[in-house]
Amino acid sequence: MAVETMSGHIAPAGVVEGMPGVVTDFSSDKQVFPVHWGKAMMWIFLLSDTFIFSCFLTSYMHVRMSTTVPWPNPSEVFALSLGGAPIPLILIAIMTFVLISSSGTMAMAVNYGYRRNRGRTTALMLITAGFGATFVGMQAFEWTKLIMEEGIRPWGNPLGAAQFGSTFFMITGFHGLHVSAGVIYLVVVALRVWRGDYERSGSYEAVEIAGLYWHFVDLVWVFIFAFFYLW
Amino acid sequence: MSSAHEDTQHPISTYLWIWLLLFVLSAFSYMVDYFHVQGLLRWTLIIIFMFLKAGLIVSIFMHMKWERRALQLAILVPPLCLLVLIGLMAIEGNYTFLTRSVAFTP
Repeated sequence: MAVETMSGHIAPAGVVEGMPGVVTDFSSDKQVFPVHWGKAMMWIFLLSDTFIFSCFLTSYMHVRMSTTVPWPNPSEVFALSLGGAPIPLILIAIMTFVLISSSGTMAMAVNYGYRRNRGRTTALMLITAGFGATFVGMQAFEWTKLIMEEGIRPWGNPLGAAQFGSTFFMITGFHGLHVSAGVIYLVVVALRVWRGDYERSGSYEAVEIAGLYWHFVDLVWVFIFAFFYLW
Repeated sequence: MSSAHEDTQHPISTYLWIWLLLFVLSAFSYMVDYFHVQGLLRWTLIIIFMFLKAGLIVSIFMHMKWERRALQLAILVPPLCLLVLIGLMAIEGNYTFLTRSVAFTP
């Protein structure tokens, strides 16, 4: 029985599953991962990116643990006044929901891509990019508020430990850069979907690969949200 | 055998459900802060919600659940060595804190 995988590649008959499958995949003198090369490469890129972000977060843990100066309370620093009373962390919560929504629309875009629904795929990808741009916009607003009103700088701030500013700008800046790059990437792929490039080549892999990158950006935010904003 | 053919067609509702779940989990993590849960309970809840969200994103949205075991292991196992880095840095951070407390605090 031939098995068609996610990406439409045909695995040979008698394909082995589970741990024995791992052994045969790596040992039988053939291509190890039966997926589109771009997908395998994107996964490996994301793996390396995981290490970069983990190093940032680990260094943040280290400086936060080792400083003798009190750490500013993120719940108060990132509070925003909406109609009078300050609501803790509200902007960050909205940013989180925006990014999660973008992940949802992206997952649906990938699904419609494999159904060869060009219009919906394009539309959902552009919506995803729109959510991404909104996220970056809100982040710019947050940075402006922190720099202009709170006087937070990478080398120090009036609220407490100087490391707060340096790790904050480093981590969220690097993440914001990923989101910005992702928005451009998504728009490019969306336009190629619309133009019919993948219809002609018969493969919508590119949408899924772009999706992997985008979900990863959301994934990183989950960790930043937990460790930087909530901890 | 996990026939991957069905993946291409799993219904949109799957994604909507996961989306909803992620929304709820995010709301829960926000509640942790909003209601000022403190101490060990706070950290435990944050970590639980974080890993649940990360798991849903990787397994469903990134389709890791439907990949072959070889790819799953190749991508998911290497990050585990980060635990060594985190452990070492925690020890080092603690030591630096103690040294600073003794030597530099006025």
